[in-house]
Amino acid sequence: MGRYVVRRLLQMIPVFVGATLLIFLMVNVMGDPIAGLCGERRCDPATAAQLKKEFGLDKPVWQQYLTYMGNVFTGDFGTAFNGQEVTELMATAFPVTIRLTVVAILFEIVIGIALGVVTGLRRGRPVDTGVLLLTLVVISVPTFVTGLLLQLLLGVKWGWIRPSVSSAAPLDELILPGLVLASVSLAYVTRLTRTSIAENRRSDYVRTAVAKGLPRHRVITRHLLRNSLIPVVTFIGADIGFLMGGAIVTERIFNIHGVGYQIYQGILRQNTQTVVGFVTVLVLVFLVANLVVDLLYAVLDPRIRYA
Amino acid sequence: MRGATHARWAVCAVAAALAATACGGGGDGGGSGDAGAVLSASWGDPQNPLEPSNTNEVQGGKVLDMIFRGLKRYDPETGEAQDMLAEKIETSDSQNFTITVKDGWTFSNGEKITAKSFVDAWNYGAGLRNNQRNAYFFGYIEGYDKVHPEEGEQSADTLSGLKVVDGRTFTVKLTQKFSTFPDTLGYAAFAPLPRAFFEDHAAWVAKPVGNGPYLVDSYAKGSQMSLRRWDDYPGDDKAQNGGVDLRVYTDNNTAYTDLIAGNLDLVDDVPAAQLKNVRNDLGDRYLNTPAGIIQTLAFPFYDEAWNTSGSEKVRKGLSMAIDRDQITKTIFARTRTPATDWTSPVLGKDGGHQAGLCGDACEYHPDEAKKLIQEGGGLPGGRFTLTYNADTGSHKDWIDAVCNSINNALDDERACTGNPVGTFADFRNQITQQKMSGPFRAGWQMDYPLIQNFLQPLYYTDASSNDGKWSDKQFDDLVDRANRETDNAKAVGLFQQAEGVVRDNMAAIPLWYQNGSAGWSDRLSDVKLNPFSVPVYDQIKVS
Repeated sequence: MGRYVVRRLLQMIPVFVGATLLIFLMVNVMGDPIAGLCGERRCDPATAAQLKKEFGLDKPVWQQYLTYMGNVFTGDFGTAFNGQEVTELMATAFPVTIRLTVVAILFEIVIGIALGVVTGLRRGRPVDTGVLLLTLVVISVPTFVTGLLLQLLLGVKWGWIRPSVSSAAPLDELILPGLVLASVSLAYVTRLTRTSIAENRRSDYVRTAVAKGLPRHRVITRHLLRNSLIPVVTFIGADIGFLMGGAIVTERIFNIHGVGYQIYQGILRQNTQTVVGFVTVLVLVFLVANLVVDLLYAVLDPRIRYA
Repeated sequence: MRGATHARWAVCAVAAALAATACGGGGDGGGSGDAGAVLSASWGDPQNPLEPSNTNEVQGGKVLDMIFRGLKRYDPETGEAQDMLAEKIETSDSQNFTITVKDGWTFSNGEKITAKSFVDAWNYGAGLRNNQRNAYFFGYIEGYDKVHPEEGEQSADTLSGLKVVDGRTFTVKLTQKFSTFPDTLGYAAFAPLPRAFFEDHAAWVAKPVGNGPYLVDSYAKGSQMSLRRWDDYPGDDKAQNGGVDLRVYTDNNTAYTDLIAGNLDLVDDVPAAQLKNVRNDLGDRYLNTPAGIIQTLAFPFYDEAWNTSGSEKVRKGLSMAIDRDQITKTIFARTRTPATDWTSPVLGKDGGHQAGLCGDACEYHPDEAKKLIQEGGGLPGGRFTLTYNADTGSHKDWIDAVCNSINNALDDERACTGNPVGTFADFRNQITQQKMSGPFRAGWQMDYPLIQNFLQPLYYTDASSNDGKWSDKQFDDLVDRANRETDNAKAVGLFQQAEGVVRDNMAAIPLWYQNGSAGWSDRLSDVKLNPFSVPVYDQIKVS
């Protein structure tokens, strides 16, 4: 187990380096960031040169990348164009997005798995067909439509919630955005769970458990569900990274000042430091989440062992 | 199916219940006509650090306008430059100015405002070492080339043209005659700065201290700035409300939704998508007035193909092929006004705006357009592209419409096509590197309401925003003469003659004047937009 974790952690290094280098190159291909900094007017050459020097943009890209990576290991992610430290931006943006992601994941786990179990056990019945149809609708409608529609109905027409999230972004205000963010994944979790449950329902160990006379809820939770969760856990694990990085649309609609917003601003202003910094952290989140998922397999299915 | 819907409704009900308590807590309990009531307004995250000489966009400008007062102030309605902190500005030759600062003004931290407060601030703004985006505003002052050289390190810390005479007086020496110089002093870059700015710069930027009707109560970068009325403000434009909470919105659509839902009091940028609903939603709580912004199409004069003799006929022809009236009506829902000159209506007649100066050339005459373009030698290569940045604004919509209009007039499906560039930074990059192969989108938001500001930076040879590199001796001479002229009316007249040269050559195609828009809740009254399309916050009354 310990050796497995170490090996996985070592594998992360090339992925990490490759991903950041790609982002670095991509942001640099978009052109000279200083050009956009002075608005419709051209920056005067002296100031432009001075700004370039300040942000280290006057050096060749490979050198910028090396300096950047060197700094990252000491916890210095550079400075955004508005003079704020990128770490400062992260300190405000990540807690908000993490809260939003937690809400979304909880929705996926609770509603998604519950619906999946219910429909998996009643395959072909009206409940199953109904939920399947519903998930199809959720998957096919883009998030921004769901988001804007719910915002309009619940926030403006009925006045049940505030249409926008305040800057503190407390958990209760994140419930609707979290649901919207989770909606598509939730539908997938439902479908995955349903298929998996329906498949395993006929397996020998379930039949044995039933034959032993175990109570129905015990058969379902301890035997059936536990074995059926492996694909679902894989999906949810990968989804953590997607949700954090892919919240741009949801965060825009509900005015949440999280990671998606910062990356969007960073791209718009072509602020290398912000974009690369946030993406670097997101890559780490992705890698760690995947590692955790792999380790969870052993918990769910004791037959899986890591030497 | 039933199970599913039950679960969903349960979730929504919980969401609603929780949100309701959250909303209830933050009630705004303002009585009617409450001068202490605070209003909330939409805001965008300023792009640059908040310093007077470092802020060159509207969002940061809003704040500076609330917390700073300079030597002059532009009248919120007429745009006329009026003395604010300046007791008098005297000159005999339009080159040497003696400025006396009024007595009795202080910063909100109690520090007295003296001549030195200005001189120090201007020296800081001009200094190359300080990276100020607006440094070029001090470019006319003698010694600028030492403090802000084109290349290399600065060799002086202070502008030699600035001298403190006594506590309230200082002199300014310019490198050339500039008759309208005093009128430029209302721009935020010329604001005075307190000692605290220089002594603890980081703390000042975190919570700016100024001398305006408001003071910064708290500032959470990227999310909210709370401004409160400064009760000891010595000016006569005291705030009529208790304060303003500026809230950063990720999207102006969300801000508009919040306004409709009653969570926000003021939106100063009604999104294009909502324009057709706005009258219905807000009734007469909506304002749409011209601002000092003009949109044009610029040409790459550095490209031989666009700079042949007779090419002004091609440019005129293109201008005539654009149906401005139709486009401003259908795409902009009348939030743009077809342009008939190269300035803006906010200048007023005395300020140099001449409605109809462009004449026939800015009207839609498809047949004549085709004829003119043929006379001028036709389009370079038979077709061209219109370059624009696709990331902000709804530029794609109107660029496509302009191209359609031109194509229809020329009976050629392929004459004009839009050429989107991904980001504004890249767009600016291509422009400054002179990579444009055809006309491109250009816009100008005035720094100060003077005709000079609409002409010199854009069309003078090698001027800072002359992106098309247009150059004309006659135009330059007229501008120089206008700047030398001590009589204001005569100076404006000369600038108008210079604008005539721009017209005769069609140096850029004027498209339309942009309006500022605002919508507000029924708690507010007396909402106005100044000529820069920024709300006049201090005059808003909250009930």
